[in-house]
Amino acid sequence: MNSLNVYLIIGAALFSLGLLGVLQRRNLIGMLIAVELMLNGASLNFMAFNRFLGPEPAVGQIITLFIMGLAAAETAIGLSIILALFRRLHSVNIERAQQLRG
Amino acid sequence: MNPLATESLAQMAFWIVVGLTFTGASIAVFPRNILYNVLGLALALAGVAGLYLYLGSFFIALMQLLIYVGAITIAIVFAIMLSRPLHLEVPKRELPKVAMAGGASFLFFLGALGVNFTTDWTPAAERGVDWSITTIGHMLITRYDFVFELISLVLLVAIIGAIVTAGFTRRLTS
Repeated sequence: MNSLNVYLIIGAALFSLGLLGVLQRRNLIGMLIAVELMLNGASLNFMAFNRFLGPEPAVGQIITLFIMGLAAAETAIGLSIILALFRRLHSVNIERAQQLRG
Repeated sequence: MNPLATESLAQMAFWIVVGLTFTGASIAVFPRNILYNVLGLALALAGVAGLYLYLGSFFIALMQLLIYVGAITIAIVFAIMLSRPLHLEVPKRELPKVAMAGGASFLFFLGALGVNFTTDWTPAAERGVDWSITTIGHMLITRYDFVFELISLVLLVAIIGAIVTAGFTRRLTS
């Protein structure tokens, strides 16, 4: 459990599961959940490099904090767009969102 | 308790945490009921918080629980309640597309594994030992103050944008 490779494999597997979710789901909220999984895989990688290779232990933690802040902003915007789309289309199926016109 | 038993206990707990993370991630991706997906996401995020504990950062693990499990999951639950997708079932996706999605993400996983095992990872020459929250706070307001302010601005813009996007369309359509 105390080697870099284990954490990198876990991070890659989390990211791949998220990628599978984004590609396969058509429910917009389900896609958003999968994107959260991908972000978590990425920040797990940052923390692993920070723990095993990096020169300053504080830097990786700060980067992970930034990722969390950006994820919060992304979720807020994504959910409000989903709500707006739902009011217009009465569906959360992404394949019915085919118009750019507002 | 002798140190060997403690070590094997920690090892066992680590693999249990990994198992919980992947169980949660699978529940977050595969079931078609969106409420199960959110519960699985919460489980996976809590498991990642446990992994952060093993990586030596209590602070980040706490932030993960607070921001992800506490805030983002709840926001997604609110969106589900407001958009009522539970009884508006999305039609089933055709098998070729699912197979292609699985193949693409499996290829990506294999590529990441290849990079992982073929690279010769070497640690930095001088490695600090300062893991304290005080250092993180100092760095946030000295070296990374611009990024910190930028993240704050992004969050502010996101909040205002969310209010405008969700609020104006309601006024227009009703």
